Amino acid sequence: MLGLNTRDASLFVIVVILALTAPFLLNPFPAESSLAQFNAGYPDLMQRFAIYGIFAIGFNILFGLTGYLSFGHAAFLGVGSYAAVWMFKLLNYNILPAVILSVIVGGLFALLIGYISLRRSGIYFSILTLAFAQMSFALAYSVLTPITNGETGLQVYTDDPQYLQSADAPSIPHLFGVTMRSTQDIDFGAWSFSFNAGYYVCAVMMIVMFYLSIRIFRSPFGMMLRAIKTNQTRMNYTGLNPRPYTLAAFVISGMYAGLAGGLLAAMDPLAGAERMQWTASGEVVLMTILGGAGTLLGPVLGAGFIKYFENIFSKINENVLHQWFAFLPDGLEDFLVTILYPFVGKGWHLTLGLLFMLVVIFLPGGLMEGGQRIGRIFRKREKKPEVRAKDPEHHPKPSPHVA
Amino acid sequence: MDAIIIQILNGLDKGSAYALIALGLTLIFGTLGVVNFAHGALFMIGAFCAVTLQRILTLSTVTIDETQKDFLGNPLKVETPYVVNWFGDSAGNSIIDWSVPLAIILAIPVMLFIGYAMERGLIKHFYKRPHADQILVTFGLAIVIQEIVKLFFGANPIPTPAPDMFAGSLDFGVMLGFDPNAIIYPYWRLIYFAFAAIIIGAVFAFLQFTTFGMVVRAGMADRETVGLLGIDIDKRFTVMFGIAAAVAGLAGVMYTPINPPNYHMGMDFLVLSFVVVVVGGMGSLPGAVLAGFLLGILESFASTTWATTTVPGINQIVIYLVAIIVLLTRPRGLMGRKGVMED
Repeated sequence: MLGLNTRDASLFVIVVILALTAPFLLNPFPAESSLAQFNAGYPDLMQRFAIYGIFAIGFNILFGLTGYLSFGHAAFLGVGSYAAVWMFKLLNYNILPAVILSVIVGGLFALLIGYISLRRSGIYFSILTLAFAQMSFALAYSVLTPITNGETGLQVYTDDPQYLQSADAPSIPHLFGVTMRSTQDIDFGAWSFSFNAGYYVCAVMMIVMFYLSIRIFRSPFGMMLRAIKTNQTRMNYTGLNPRPYTLAAFVISGMYAGLAGGLLAAMDPLAGAERMQWTASGEVVLMTILGGAGTLLGPVLGAGFIKYFENIFSKINENVLHQWFAFLPDGLEDFLVTILYPFVGKGWHLTLGLLFMLVVIFLPGGLMEGGQRIGRIFRKREKKPEVRAKDPEHHPKPSPHVA
Repeated sequence: MDAIIIQILNGLDKGSAYALIALGLTLIFGTLGVVNFAHGALFMIGAFCAVTLQRILTLSTVTIDETQKDFLGNPLKVETPYVVNWFGDSAGNSIIDWSVPLAIILAIPVMLFIGYAMERGLIKHFYKRPHADQILVTFGLAIVIQEIVKLFFGANPIPTPAPDMFAGSLDFGVMLGFDPNAIIYPYWRLIYFAFAAIIIGAVFAFLQFTTFGMVVRAGMADRETVGLLGIDIDKRFTVMFGIAAAVAGLAGVMYTPINPPNYHMGMDFLVLSFVVVVVGGMGSLPGAVLAGFLLGILESFASTTWATTTVPGINQIVIYLVAIIVLLTRPRGLMGRKGVMED
């Protein structure tokens, strides 16, 4: 189906179904119940799931396939946002030209930075990308204020030209008249689900981008990228120049990031320089690694996981904890709350950092590998797993030491 | 002329901090081959050692002083720090006043221990893994350390003043024959520079003139051969990690009066220090120190009004710009050895 083999096709179908039914799936608890705070099915958060999913999928094409760890990817997200807001300012609030321009700008910016950074590999590449992203951040804050509006952030003002804005078109971001904010709430017994136009735009985009990434992973081009990660020297010896391939991967992932930035601006027409800061670049690295770098689904999972924690986990405060443990004796209750409190609410970054360390130490393949391991335990009962090769990526063997 | 001297002086204190952190980073990279993204966090822990000591020293007893009344006529509550009770008024107060320099004594064992524990508990398991994994796990560790510090000390910068004796500024210009007030320089920054110079000198002397240092240098050059000679090089490298942590920590302790410490100061310095290491040359100790001071001074020159009006925004990006140029034209850095991490 669609040029995918059965396994990829079923994965793709699952993702499509999950993405389209997310408003149901993410609201499993009745609206009035005490567990309602775990519901993630509100438009803002769902949009973020999809947008950061796109961002992480793109990052994974670079890092997961070629192994080049970029610490400056947020720069492309940032310029994407700026490009989109400029389109709102100059043309009109239709998100289509905005998103298209943000992809182009993200790609061009990635071409420029990638062309220079990819002359080096390993840690030097990481530091070069980091340096470029920090430079963009510093410039966006200071000198480029006429373009970026500095600390205030770029936004649309009433005296902006908006040459294509017609009188009856909505004055908030829309797609041919359907505003991104329009939300249909459906109550179903005690449950309430909200269907948001913006979310579906993002979700469809994410599905398309996910499909593209499957095709890239399975293409000869994807194989080349894997070859770069596995053994660049050997690739050189076979007469292939890895540079064009890595540059292409870098630009593609830059375009993904630009798209994500454009969509962020489309959901909320505001772009600030802090989106380019290196902590934001670190976040997408966290997402990809946490989910599983080099896997198809991993980055999306990781993005969803981190955004869920950021929005839901951080809302748990002391009172909520006390409610949960109210059934315990008083002393024990207070004790548990004191122990747990630093890890939730404002301290959720601590949990995130710990979790990230645990994943890097014990599960280098991320959540995906964790899932596979659990799956293997269950399958073991049915049949003995075949002996797995110790070196799945065929690293060169050290030559035997003969004196 | 005086304008040039004042910019050089201004660059020295930041340059000292860069040089100290970069020195530690290079020590770790040169010995263990590990890229430590948590080094900024060690700098920050050092700074918070000073904060902790200040808090401990100002622990107070509350007594009710019947002789003094507030405006409602109630007796006034007077807080007296324990040290004042124990050592008397003048001695006690000067101990509190000197809390930042005293924190050095606290910071050395604490940082050595933290470095040791970090290497044995975590870094040890990452020698054989790719650099990307090392970056990632230390990045995670940096987040964790940062959040723990935030948990205990809050998110706001905590002022930790230098001793009163060093509060003023030195009229440096007069010494060189310029007009008074042409070049004035805060005492504490001068001390910071001197302190950094002493630490850097001590580290180099330790490596150069002791047997232990000789073995470490041999291990940096050829780890396997040293191991074959029957020397447990891992143990010495662990000690070097502790020393690198202590250097970063001391840099942090002494930096507190210049910039009130907050929980993310480490990250801010880390990014720049990495750039410094790369410019100086991966694995080259003199390169790290040289590049630290050079970039610090360069940064201060770039923030003069002349520079910012000629090239707007240059003060923000000059360090990164230098790093990009160096990496592209001379990837082994200013003083890097040929063939070490050049690709």
